[in-house]
Amino acid sequence: MENAVKTNLPESIEDTEALLHSGDYVPYRPLATAVFLSLKLGRPLFLEGEAGVGKTEIAKVLATSLGRKLIRLQCYEGLDVASAVYEWNYPRQMMAIRLAESGGESNTSEVAENIYGYEYLIERPLLSALRPDSSGPPVLLIDELDRTDEPFEAFLLEVLSEYQVTIPELGTVAANEPPIVVITSNRTREIHDALKRRCLYHWVDYPDADREYAILRNKVPEAAESLSLQVVAAAQHLREADLFKPPGIAETIDWVRALIALDREFLDRDGLEETLGVVLKYRDDINHVREKTVDGTLAAASAAL
Amino acid sequence: MTKSMISGALARNVMSFARLLRSTGLPIGPAKVLVAIEAMAAIDISCREDFYWALHSVFVDRHAQSELFGIAFEQFWVVRMGDQEKPFMFDDVIDEQSDQTTQVLPRRLADAMAENGLARKSKGDRENSEQTPDGTWSAAERLRSKDFETMSTDEIVMARRAMLDFRLPIADVLTRRFQPHASGRRIDMRSTLRKTIRTGASIDLMRKKAVYRNPPLVVLCDISGSMESYARMLLHFLHTVTNDRDRVHTFLFGTRLTNVTHQLAHSDPDVALKKVSAAVDDWAGGTRIGQTLALFNRKWSRRVLGQGAIVLLITDGLDRDGGTGLTEEIERLQKSCRRLIWLNPLLRFDGFEPKSAGIKAMLPYVDDFRSVHNLDSLSELVEALSIAGGARNSTSTNSVSMQ
Repeated sequence: MENAVKTNLPESIEDTEALLHSGDYVPYRPLATAVFLSLKLGRPLFLEGEAGVGKTEIAKVLATSLGRKLIRLQCYEGLDVASAVYEWNYPRQMMAIRLAESGGESNTSEVAENIYGYEYLIERPLLSALRPDSSGPPVLLIDELDRTDEPFEAFLLEVLSEYQVTIPELGTVAANEPPIVVITSNRTREIHDALKRRCLYHWVDYPDADREYAILRNKVPEAAESLSLQVVAAAQHLREADLFKPPGIAETIDWVRALIALDREFLDRDGLEETLGVVLKYRDDINHVREKTVDGTLAAASAAL
Repeated sequence: MTKSMISGALARNVMSFARLLRSTGLPIGPAKVLVAIEAMAAIDISCREDFYWALHSVFVDRHAQSELFGIAFEQFWVVRMGDQEKPFMFDDVIDEQSDQTTQVLPRRLADAMAENGLARKSKGDRENSEQTPDGTWSAAERLRSKDFETMSTDEIVMARRAMLDFRLPIADVLTRRFQPHASGRRIDMRSTLRKTIRTGASIDLMRKKAVYRNPPLVVLCDISGSMESYARMLLHFLHTVTNDRDRVHTFLFGTRLTNVTHQLAHSDPDVALKKVSAAVDDWAGGTRIGQTLALFNRKWSRRVLGQGAIVLLITDGLDRDGGTGLTEEIERLQKSCRRLIWLNPLLRFDGFEPKSAGIKAMLPYVDDFRSVHNLDSLSELVEALSIAGGARNSTSTNSVSMQ
């Protein structure tokens, strides 16, 4: 990313589509509209959707194609300020205190001023996203926000509305230029309206067959066209079935790679049976497909040729 | 396109559109309208698709609203403009009184439009439609609405008192958050250093300990015919629970599944129960436990069971479908939650044996089986639920003890 050239923000929805294409992402118009507006209006982009539909990828592609730094905050339950924003470097602070003491320094307020300076501060993702970067404001990816708890969400509200954080010992750190913020959620719980209100929302859906095929050609160019067509048709068919977790794009890509690794040129019954575990991750789903959907899936796959 | 090129008419139309959406229940404040107008300046509004998705990205903030937005968009920007060739013209202010509503609207939208004077539907029509369900409901289901007696002040006070004793048979869960504590096990470096700096003397270690918290609670409550006599009491219980604890999700089921968390969140029990009554269509009908659990597993489990939730299932286990498909679904439910508690109000006599197919299918998969012989009061319900339970048996799920 160091040698990436900084690109200006897109000026239209068409530009945005081209930009995403240049980063090997196959956009569709509604998504490009949301991305464009988020960049243009300087508002966080809130992406929701099932796992494996390419939400995180959008932030990565934006960072590479705009030549910006990508700062990623992976959320988990109990994520707190110390691991999301900043932490003081306690061992160094202790050392500084000991050194001051042995050096005969008795003025505690001076020591205090010294050990609460920038050199004792460990930056975490949210703080580094607010700091200036030579390549322009970074892309801040807040991934799987639904995994955190409500207190963190409330904290994030302040960061995202003012683009600043307050460090009691040091003062307020505000961004000169706000970062490009992308928030993703798998919807394992609802995010509070107050946070959503500040964002532009887009539900990332499973792709249609044409788009999925384009994505496959992009991601796995070594796959034969016929194999890609078959896999896309089969994946689309599986999504229609009554499954607990329908396959996402990530699964489709893995599926093609798995079939190539097994030297399969076509998706036939054996190939499907051998690779079902790549596409479906629940035992019930695999059983359901084995019992009911194999013929239909194969028929759909061969019809695509 | 610059801001100045946005006609006043377009801005006004966007505002009335926002008003329409708001009255259908979308949370749209003035700030969003401003963003929408800003967005209009950023895109080429003559392209209908871009126009649609730009408004969509601003006004919609959860997936479920998408469909309603689509219909409202169609109604507002296409049908009422009248001219189908040119889908929308921005120089005209759309007349909010216009009555070109042609297609059948979803109830909420139709109501909202009627209230705003947007639709042709008269008051009389709406009253009639109260009794006639729209065609999507199958004739096999008995759909009923329900009126509850209002709560007396005594009842409310009693309920509050009973709820004070309410403890689910599970310990609070450990969070990864900490609070200062004199004898905590971890050292709080931050306050240690602060204190050292303040006093300037030796380094006093400050301590902190982990915070414990109620796990989220998901209640699935049966409201079929056989449970009818308990319905009012149960709803009162659900209302109190929803308002007392944080992170509670409440679902009612009979032949279908309704999420009533939002309705129950109203602090006044009478208003809340009225809202619930209006939201649920399958009062006192049959029960399809397998089907509704399947629906819950598919549609909701990943959204509400994410953070180690406890599931409280309130049903008598009498299943209209004779337990078909129930085993798989209850197993999946048990495996996706921290603990599955079943409260069965049917057991009126001591010699109870699980004979019904539904009960047999479900029993092996519940962690706690609670029964109430005489479910007349909230305090009995609370008492039954508060008996301490053992740890979940990890090797076998057949550890249910009958009481």
